[in-house]
Amino acid sequence: MKILVAVKRVIDYNVQIRVKEDGSGVHTDNVKMSTNPPDDNAVEESVKLKESGKVKEVIAISIGEDKAQETIRKALAIGADKGIHVKAESYIEPLGIAKILKNIVEKEKPDMVFLGKQAIDDDCNQTGQMLAAMLNWPQATFTSKVNLKDKSVEITREIDEGLETIEVNLPAVVSCDLRLNEPRFASLPNIMKAKKKPMEQINAKDLGLDLTNRIQQIKVEEPPKRKAGIKVANVAELVSKLKNEAKVL
Amino acid sequence: MSVLLIAEHDNSKLKPFTLNAITAASEIDGDVHVLVAGANCENVAKEVSSVPLVKKVLWCDSPNYQNYLPENLAPLVTKTAEKYDHIVASANTFGKNFMPRVAAVLDISQVSDIIKVSSPDTFVRPIYAGNAFATVKSNDKKKCVTIRPTSFEPAEKTGGSAKIEKIEAVEVPNISKFIKREETKSERPELGTARVVVSGGRGLESGENFKLITDIADKLNAAVGASRAAVDAGYISNDHQVGQTGKVVVPDLYIAVGISGAIQHLAGMKESKIIVAINKDGEAPIFSVADYGLEADLFKALPEFLAELNKLNTIQK
Repeated sequence: MKILVAVKRVIDYNVQIRVKEDGSGVHTDNVKMSTNPPDDNAVEESVKLKESGKVKEVIAISIGEDKAQETIRKALAIGADKGIHVKAESYIEPLGIAKILKNIVEKEKPDMVFLGKQAIDDDCNQTGQMLAAMLNWPQATFTSKVNLKDKSVEITREIDEGLETIEVNLPAVVSCDLRLNEPRFASLPNIMKAKKKPMEQINAKDLGLDLTNRIQQIKVEEPPKRKAGIKVANVAELVSKLKNEAKVL
Repeated sequence: MSVLLIAEHDNSKLKPFTLNAITAASEIDGDVHVLVAGANCENVAKEVSSVPLVKKVLWCDSPNYQNYLPENLAPLVTKTAEKYDHIVASANTFGKNFMPRVAAVLDISQVSDIIKVSSPDTFVRPIYAGNAFATVKSNDKKKCVTIRPTSFEPAEKTGGSAKIEKIEAVEVPNISKFIKREETKSERPELGTARVVVSGGRGLESGENFKLITDIADKLNAAVGASRAAVDAGYISNDHQVGQTGKVVVPDLYIAVGISGAIQHLAGMKESKIIVAINKDGEAPIFSVADYGLEADLFKALPEFLAELNKLNTIQK
């Protein structure tokens, strides 16, 4: 079996987001970037399945500017076999990303596509589901457990009410939640080895797809600031304020 | 033109977030039609028809829709969507699951998780886990929109009498199978919808000490949350995590105990109506978002807090 795992380079989750004064977006210059956290879980699970012997090959793909290759290299250092970098100079909406992935899936013919449930920059939570629909494949979103069988995969999903178990036929798209596994750190020798693994480069605009964005970003602003609160002297005052002033008790 | 909203339910009762989504749908366009797809779900169709903001109910009954598998539900929504300008659903694990399938098949770029309707094509949505708000305009003819339920008031439930129209099921692909659902059986309310959340951080120092948090939570009928630091330290399981990589919560009262207030935690709770911070470090960033801050040793403050709460008899259950 073969897995295609999609990773996205995003602003690191520990960075304080700063909105640009002109409302055009957020500052990204000289800001620490990392792999989107649930994408790390997707890579980890793909590599674990390879280590279990059920999967023969793991291909990591990322779409974006040249630096997206760093994100692919990290997946290679964890254990992916080959990278595909689809070069795109500017932001592409999930609909366009799903079209690119579909194009690559048709060429590479994986049995499963793994990716994070959501990117922590645009917070769309769409790409996996869109890709599955375009391919007429089933999907498993918010995945917290994977049990791979011969022609299907049994998945436990985190839903609002608790957990749901489904079984989907292969091929399938699996979007991963943070509880799926503990992503490992790449060891230095593996980071060195990853530099020698093959990385294919493709230009998004050479794929002949309609990638025009349909959503116009009018402005980006800071969320309303909370007004400064007060410090209370002791627990009794706290309870009294909560009861009489805030009226939440 | 009308709005098509997809109802979430368990085949016998409507799920409450659908009412919040109905409010948002009515702000897009007053002609709100609701699709109730399920198995033996006539009662749900009736329940929806009594919501005054709903103008029409489309009821589709088939065993294929019993567990709202997205592979089965999306083709029905896609077909029904032909006559509508907007297709909307809640941005919870129900709506997030099937809506992008509908959007992809219709070649629409979905607008996810809106918190405000500015006009029928312009919406406000949080990005970067709520650290920025983006105003976006959809240039697609037809629009797929998911709604953050906690940003809209629930619609009135009774007084309406919308017409119920039965519609035919469509073919399903038979590529996925529902096996089981294990609903979290907790005495406490669910983190995402609780009115009160009490969260603990690394300041708790151990998993055992989380009992100080759960005692308060039980008293307040609150959900229990945690910072990523507490989860990483193994004090509590990850499903309690509040923050950018955990759950985003918007309760009436959020009590952060022994939590310093890392950016990633603030992203998950700073929209709460009232925030209380208890921390021994007076410089901790959590105090900058707290309405009421108590600089104190939590191991002293929490037992006192519980004792004070026990004196009150007005705790809402």
